[in-house]
Amino acid sequence: MMMAEAVENGALLVCWSCRGPVAAREPFCATCGAVQPPGAADPFARLGLAPNFEIDRAALDRRYFDLQRRLHPDRFATKSPRERALSQRQAAALNEAYETLNDPLARAASLLRLAGREAVFEGQGTIADPALLMEAMEMREALEAASTAVEAHAVASRAEADVIAARGALAEAFAGNDLDGAERLAMRLRYLTKLAEEARLRLRELA
Amino acid sequence: MLLQIHEPGQTPLPHEGHKSAAVGIDLGTTNSVVAVSEAGKADVLRDEHGRGLIPSVVCYAEDGSAIVGEDARRALLDRPDAVVSSIKRLMGRGPEEVKALAGALPYQLDTKTEGMVRLVVGGRSLSPVEISADILRAVKARAEASLGHAVTRAVVTVPAYFDDGARTATRDAARLAGLEVLRLVAEPTAAALAYGLDSGAEGLYAVFDLGGGTFDISLLHLEKGVFQVRATGGDAALGGDDIDHRVAEHFLAERARALGGAHPTQAEVKQVLAAARLAKECLSAQLRGEWVIELGSTMSRHPFDRAALEQIAEPFVARTVALTKAVLADAAVAPSEVKGVVLVGGSTRMPIVRRAVAALFGREPLADINPEEVVAVGAALQAEALTSGSDTLLLDVTPLSLGVETMGGIVETLIPRNTPIPVAMAQEFTTWQDGQDAMLIHVVQGEREMVDLCRSLARFALAGIPPMVAGAARIRVAFQVDADGLLTVSAREATTGIEQRVEVKPSYGLTEDEMAAMLRASLEHGEEDMLARLLAEARVEAERTLLAVRAALTADSDLLSSGERAAIESAMERVAAQLPGSDRDAIAAAAAALEEATQVFAERRMDRGIKGALAGVSVDRLEAGLAGKSEAG
Repeated sequence: MMMAEAVENGALLVCWSCRGPVAAREPFCATCGAVQPPGAADPFARLGLAPNFEIDRAALDRRYFDLQRRLHPDRFATKSPRERALSQRQAAALNEAYETLNDPLARAASLLRLAGREAVFEGQGTIADPALLMEAMEMREALEAASTAVEAHAVASRAEADVIAARGALAEAFAGNDLDGAERLAMRLRYLTKLAEEARLRLRELA
Repeated sequence: MLLQIHEPGQTPLPHEGHKSAAVGIDLGTTNSVVAVSEAGKADVLRDEHGRGLIPSVVCYAEDGSAIVGEDARRALLDRPDAVVSSIKRLMGRGPEEVKALAGALPYQLDTKTEGMVRLVVGGRSLSPVEISADILRAVKARAEASLGHAVTRAVVTVPAYFDDGARTATRDAARLAGLEVLRLVAEPTAAALAYGLDSGAEGLYAVFDLGGGTFDISLLHLEKGVFQVRATGGDAALGGDDIDHRVAEHFLAERARALGGAHPTQAEVKQVLAAARLAKECLSAQLRGEWVIELGSTMSRHPFDRAALEQIAEPFVARTVALTKAVLADAAVAPSEVKGVVLVGGSTRMPIVRRAVAALFGREPLADINPEEVVAVGAALQAEALTSGSDTLLLDVTPLSLGVETMGGIVETLIPRNTPIPVAMAQEFTTWQDGQDAMLIHVVQGEREMVDLCRSLARFALAGIPPMVAGAARIRVAFQVDADGLLTVSAREATTGIEQRVEVKPSYGLTEDEMAAMLRASLEHGEEDMLARLLAEARVEAERTLLAVRAALTADSDLLSSGERAAIESAMERVAAQLPGSDRDAIAAAAAALEEATQVFAERRMDRGIKGALAGVSVDRLEAGLAGKSEAG
């Protein structure tokens, strides 16, 4: 079956509206213009950007706004219920991709997943890296010991500085195609981000 | 041109032409405003005295009919028991929450009902949804009188910080009033739209919206017609009303000292509140004044000045400043990065509020558009954009985190606050007991990690989980928030593929059944409206099919013999002939026949597409193979 093969390839789908061929991942049918289901795509592909850790925020915004201009449910207010539902799914998929690319940690996880490293963020809460484990315990102790706003502020500032440093190191690892390093640094960034958040909360409680 | 489907001006879409322009409605705590936009220019619709504001006050006559607006406000003096104001504060709220407020608020609660709170007004028991629907009916009547034709569709604004329950209640009120809600838009976003389109502003803007009952602060990024909300915050129970109450308490205390300590009746409280509000409003322009309160035979005099008012207002203003700082922190933005601050809401007329905003941002706020009308203007612009098409785009966010309760009362957040909408998220949960066959899912909204600090939105049970050991079941809970900010929740057990449709019962809203019953009871033409909508939908769907076939013919008509083409064209003509009619089934049948008539055509088009695609794929493969070889070598 030629049809089944091409459809399996993901290269070609059937447009639900005019029932002609439509290229996979195209948001609109080239023949009849009907909006299509969002389908599966990694966030970079969804926004038409190269899969890199370093990202041009202005370019990301531009792509996102261009696509939302065409796909947002507000553009389908007078269309049929089916087209409205599809536009909502498209816009939600686009928002998810945009949020992923806007967040360095989620972006790193997405890149590692693209490289076939699924396990990075699986074992939640367990830290395999002994150096990170030591560091984590020290920082947590410091946070728990903080009983004044000044002390909490010190922990929070340190955590935030560490987050920025970890992001820089992560960018370097990705740039040098060092995926093992990137995986380790992503784990570290994830832990530091969580700690920085907790430190901010603690600071708000004490302030 | 093969077919002329409709004459100009008789577009057979559900939303028919300019004869029923969609309006924008700001349903406010204190006042409501309606506006309409044509060709990008919005006008507030006014009464014969030129007044744009419709007081959100309802007076129920003996026969149950509702009087809304100025007349109702005046009736406050004669028939205070029959008058309701500030009903927006109770939208989507439960009895427990209202009890806490009721000590200070002039409402008489109906204690005999469960679920959504009800009030006793003029001897009748009414929900906030029904009372708001009466306000919206008056707003609709104002628009119809002004425009000279029926108004059935509207963009209605809600405070950005309204939760799911309050948004649902607002949409239901509009439906009861016979209005189809095209979109619920956040008030600050609507205000930004009115400003941004007016001035071509770009960059980061803050909208500071302090109304009668709600406070919203939103941070928006404006760029070439895009209005992207970056962060939003606020308090759905903080507004000018709170200041009125404190001033009223002050006046009541003075009266008690002057006249002896008689406990004021609810009717007296309502009248003193009205005097307090008047005093507050006057002191935005004047420095001092004296107010006389006459209740029955007793009269008291109350000299009051701006300094005393500001002392009362200060804690409320401080809270708005703290909330604004929190939103700036959420967005990691310094006040100096904000290019402009827009003031919205009547309470921003108070000098103390303007001073606080100017001090926080280090710049004078913008208030060139009347702060009490700007939201309705923005809503009208959006209503036109939705119905007539537009390049502007509103990208809004969830104001509050959404999650479910897990073991030990801990909240697992599925959608964090400030996530762009629409959004869909899912998470898996599991059973904690061997053989557990049901799971109670409690949906909450709020910013605390413990469930008792969040608002309960809904509870439902997922039943029929097959017997398994603890932790083996995989229950996937999916959240969907649409562009109106309304939440839908579903759950299914994944290991066995058993899917369960679950009905989410809003904790403090109306069920679909209640809603349907109220629609039947309240709308004179409820049934007709529903049939008209179904007919309109059948037409949209049939027209969509026609357009799709026509596009396919344009692209691929060489795949058809002249006889085949003629058969398709005659099927198209039959659809076109049914479109102007009012037989919904006939329209649907003609459209289905057209789909059937194009079956072979569709298959040939797919075949041709696949041949082209395979050719493309094989070239790609060839290139990939070559690249691989050169790398290896």
